[in-house]
Amino acid sequence: MSTILIIEQILNGLQLGIMLFLMAAGLTLIFGVMGLINLAHGSLYMVGAFAASTVANLTGSFLAALVAALTAAAFAGALVETLIIRRLYRAPHLDQVLATFALILIFSEGTRLVFGSFPLYLDIPSALAGPITLPGGIAYSKYRLALIVIGLVVALGLWCLIERTRLGTQIRAGENDREMIAALGVDISKLYTIVFALGAALAGLAGALVGAIQSVQVGMGEPVLILAFVVIVIGGIGSIRGAFVGALLVGLTDTLGGVFLPELFALFLEPGAAQRTGSALASMSIYILMGAVLVWRPSGLFGARA
Amino acid sequence: MKRLLIAAAVVAMSTTPAFAQVKVGMITTLSGGGAGLGLDVRDGFMLAIAQSGRDDIEVVIEDDQRKPDIAVQLSDKMIQSERVDVMTGIIWSNLAMAVVPAAVRQNVFYLSPNAGPSALAGKGCHANYFNVAWQNDNLHEAAGAYANSAGHKNSFILAPNYPAGIDALTGYKRFFEGDLAGEVFTKLGQTDYAAEIAQIRASDADSVFFFLPGGMGISFLKQFADSGIDLPVVGPAFSFDQGILQAVGSAALGVVNTSQWNKDIDNPTNAAFVESFEAEYGRLPSLYASQGFDTANLLISALDTASPSDADAFREALRAANFDSTRGDFAFGPNHHPVQNIYAREVIQEGDVFTNKTLGLALENHSDAYAADCMM
Repeated sequence: MSTILIIEQILNGLQLGIMLFLMAAGLTLIFGVMGLINLAHGSLYMVGAFAASTVANLTGSFLAALVAALTAAAFAGALVETLIIRRLYRAPHLDQVLATFALILIFSEGTRLVFGSFPLYLDIPSALAGPITLPGGIAYSKYRLALIVIGLVVALGLWCLIERTRLGTQIRAGENDREMIAALGVDISKLYTIVFALGAALAGLAGALVGAIQSVQVGMGEPVLILAFVVIVIGGIGSIRGAFVGALLVGLTDTLGGVFLPELFALFLEPGAAQRTGSALASMSIYILMGAVLVWRPSGLFGARA
Repeated sequence: MKRLLIAAAVVAMSTTPAFAQVKVGMITTLSGGGAGLGLDVRDGFMLAIAQSGRDDIEVVIEDDQRKPDIAVQLSDKMIQSERVDVMTGIIWSNLAMAVVPAAVRQNVFYLSPNAGPSALAGKGCHANYFNVAWQNDNLHEAAGAYANSAGHKNSFILAPNYPAGIDALTGYKRFFEGDLAGEVFTKLGQTDYAAEIAQIRASDADSVFFFLPGGMGISFLKQFADSGIDLPVVGPAFSFDQGILQAVGSAALGVVNTSQWNKDIDNPTNAAFVESFEAEYGRLPSLYASQGFDTANLLISALDTASPSDADAFREALRAANFDSTRGDFAFGPNHHPVQNIYAREVIQEGDVFTNKTLGLALENHSDAYAADCMM
């Protein structure tokens, strides 16, 4: 196992982590500010990917596709918040889970009605196609490198928004004491719609960015949703910083575990068995990580509420 | 009066066995991630029924949502309350394993249009179970045979870590004579293959074999094409069927895949099938559609000589496989699995549409590795 391969795998882990962060940031914001468990977050990821694919095929512009993904997901999020989610804030978590699970089914079958059952086509822009040679002779996909950069820029933007703007102050206040900020004259229901739409837009952006290197199909959001939940549980529910650290941890564990665990088992098992055992353990690795973090810190790495 | 009517009905039923209604239960995947496959099987099957002009075949279609528990519920309902004579439709091997053994034990005939798990081909074979598609290993074995003829000596092979994935790599290795540069099991449902592609780049492989059905294959091919690694790729048809090629786009061009069917196989049945399928549904048929079509035609050919109520005669009629297959020659082996040619195909572009072109035979009159274990 060469150094180049190890560095390449670390980059892969980073890239996965940063895409997970886009998903997890919205999820954790919505939970932190509104106390809502939104299972339909994966559907907004799918909405972003489908919107991007449709617009990319119509216009041929990837940038237009990204804008469409952001807009469509934010719009879908705002719509869902005002029509349905708004009635659930006072409901127990179980009702929220049921209602947002129903939303997954509605989004999935609705998408199938409109777009059909076959996967859609979405390609990476030609300017970012192919590999680039990094210092040290590492050939790495330009597009994946772009994903890392875009993700970091979005993370920085989100940090500025939360820490440096009036809206961010309101969001942080909403997490701590929603009655008090309502009493201070902040329109809490408008704030909720904005936060929900923001979270949805981030999910939609992730869907569009990842859709270009994966398959755009119905149900693509649910596997990512599970990973995003693992991320926010590790990071501490409601914490953006936690979501960032958690996402990188999960991305790196998942990627490096998949590569190195089979190698590790190959030291004392025959190759076929080592592959199977190693891969099986690698699939569990992020859950083992989650378990370990929860034993050490029951409210997650940056969890506010113990 | 009432008793008289019942008696008349009984007489009427018993005197016209050949024209009695035959009830077919189709359980297939029509929603969720794998719905494209189920839709193709259903559409191919119903096209053949419609073309036969018969009105004595009633088909009950239900959606299993790709969930074994739902498939089992549907199967119980079909057997116990709908009283179907014949069942068909299941796409996935894990669902087939949950449904088929119990169904055939209750004297229902099962005609598989897709799933062919090894357990049902060997020791677990059954007189009432017929597979019209392939045994699961077949296309992978053909990929191994093709790799030999293409002169590949050192393959990097990967598949998801679940029974069909393990069977796939076993099938490839059974026929491939070269060495393995690497053997990797990925997670089922994995969508990011950056780590595996990096391993391929670092290895000294001269070819790549992969079995990643559905969306997994789309993701892998797009990412592999983007990586700039220039190695020949071989795989079974499952990642190159008509339904998903458009989503992969130019990333799949030139990839060689193995299939028992292609739209350019030259026989009148196939030409008519491709034309009528496209006219009816407005899209090109996939191998799944051809399998659905062949399954229905097998059933119709058997119904021409016997009724399912006479199980022994009906079974013989099925075993004879006296129908015109879209694949040309078709026969059942001793374990009721196909003995057939498997072809190597190449992905090409025809106008705006990505599709496959037959390159040549990969395996001729190929059976499967489990037939000897079948005691029927």
